[in-house]
Amino acid sequence: MNVALQTPRIERPGEAYLGFVDCDVHPFYRTPADFDPFLSARWREHRQSIGGRSRQGLARTSLYPRMSPGNGMRGDAWPKTGGPPGSDLALMREQLLDLSDVRAGLLAPLVGGAAAERNVEFGAAMAVAVNEWQCAHFCDPEPRLKASVQITLEHEESALAEIEARAGDARFAQVNIPPRGIEPLGRHRYRKILAACAANGFPISLHLGGTSGHASTGGGWPSFYHEEHPSYVQSMQSLVTSLVCEGVFETVPDLKVVLVEGGFAWLPSLAWRLDKHWKRLKAEVPHLRRAPSEYIREHVWVSTQPMEEPERPDDMLRTIEWIGPDRILFSTDYPHWDQDDPRYAFKVRLPEDWARMIYRENAMALYRLD
Amino acid sequence: MARHVVAAVGEIPPGGRKLVTIRGREIGVFNLDGAYYALINRCPHQGAALCTGAIVSRLEAPMPGEYRLAQPGSMLRCPWHCWEFDIRTGQSWCEPEDVKARSYAVTVEPGERLARGPFVAETVSVAVEEDYVVVTL
Ligand code: FES
Repeated sequence: MNVALQTPRIERPGEAYLGFVDCDVHPFYRTPADFDPFLSARWREHRQSIGGRSRQGLARTSLYPRMSPGNGMRGDAWPKTGGPPGSDLALMREQLLDLSDVRAGLLAPLVGGAAAERNVEFGAAMAVAVNEWQCAHFCDPEPRLKASVQITLEHEESALAEIEARAGDARFAQVNIPPRGIEPLGRHRYRKILAACAANGFPISLHLGGTSGHASTGGGWPSFYHEEHPSYVQSMQSLVTSLVCEGVFETVPDLKVVLVEGGFAWLPSLAWRLDKHWKRLKAEVPHLRRAPSEYIREHVWVSTQPMEEPERPDDMLRTIEWIGPDRILFSTDYPHWDQDDPRYAFKVRLPEDWARMIYRENAMALYRLD
Repeated sequence: MARHVVAAVGEIPPGGRKLVTIRGREIGVFNLDGAYYALINRCPHQGAALCTGAIVSRLEAPMPGEYRLAQPGSMLRCPWHCWEFDIRTGQSWCEPEDVKARSYAVTVEPGERLARGPFVAETVSVAVEEDYVVVTL
């Protein structure tokens, strides 16, 4: 039987996962025309006749196409009604929301192209359209799903207007910001947007992936997707480092940052390294009044999928302890190919109170859900 | 243990498969160039419906830059995280020593012999002049 071989590899979390909050759910459109009702005639025609201009060298494909059909979709998530995975709410309920009695699902729409659009005015229009589309197609018919405000980081005025427009609307839980920008996120040019997120009670969520047009690693373009994957983590590391070193958490003390899909075992060692050098380089960054690790501990949350799998599974417990069990949010990444089943995601049994926090309570508190 | 007649020979073409349920257990029966194999329809990784995955070749690279497609059509790629399993043994490509999908014994038997019993044929009607794919479970 499978079971004999599985036992040492997979630990069931008891029943603690039931009623979990899923911090990474991907909605998808049936066709790009789904956005049209939410675009003005000017931008609708633009979308139809010109289309997006992403900050990358290739059109209509990702830089690192995935091996599962649909550019990285779970093989059994294609709706029988047609359309791509993530586009059919009934199937999303069947395979995710109802299956594990999901309490709330945070939407991460990687669609519409607003984040990396070169024509920033079109990007701003697409951001608004995707926000409306999330509500109309997902959050209104299924209130367990919470939208993430899309913005175009390179168009400050529209970004600020959109953040303010969605503030106080309980259907929106956070603001999505691309982890690969033109400049590191802590740079001064992005500060007003970050401040507006905090002032309006929105955590910012940085979902791995995307492209800024820069090579994805400091050493140039990788050859394989297997290589590109850890480079997403490097982007997360640069971003945390930038937010800390630029003093963002001093000037925007209420900012809450959620790193989605970037793993987390790297976070403690980054914090240790930043602390060590902070002691030596204090004169260069006198605006850092506290050790970098303290800012990180206070302001940064991480989601679980796809988590690192240490050779000795128990080492995961120590890693969680270093980061803080109150800063870890469970996520599946449905319906992507590498999504996690909440029953089998952890290879080690979590203490009951940690499991409750990670599967549910941390997200409930962070996003003020109830 | 009982013999379950799951298909008539010819119903599953080479490279094809049939999903059957035997004693509440979903099982995928595969035809690899005329030889039949059966695996449980449950991935030992996180439980996806393994037998609905893509059938692929085993891609080997003795060294970087040298590739060969070995054993065409003998691997099953899980529809979730793309772990690959040898259809003939259930062995996983990534951790052959530790991870294995449950496999079942499959035989081809003439209807004439089956008629002497005992066997279970819930969905297939057995005629003496035909051959059948039989899973023992
Ligand atoms: S469930 Fe099959 S590879 Fe993960």
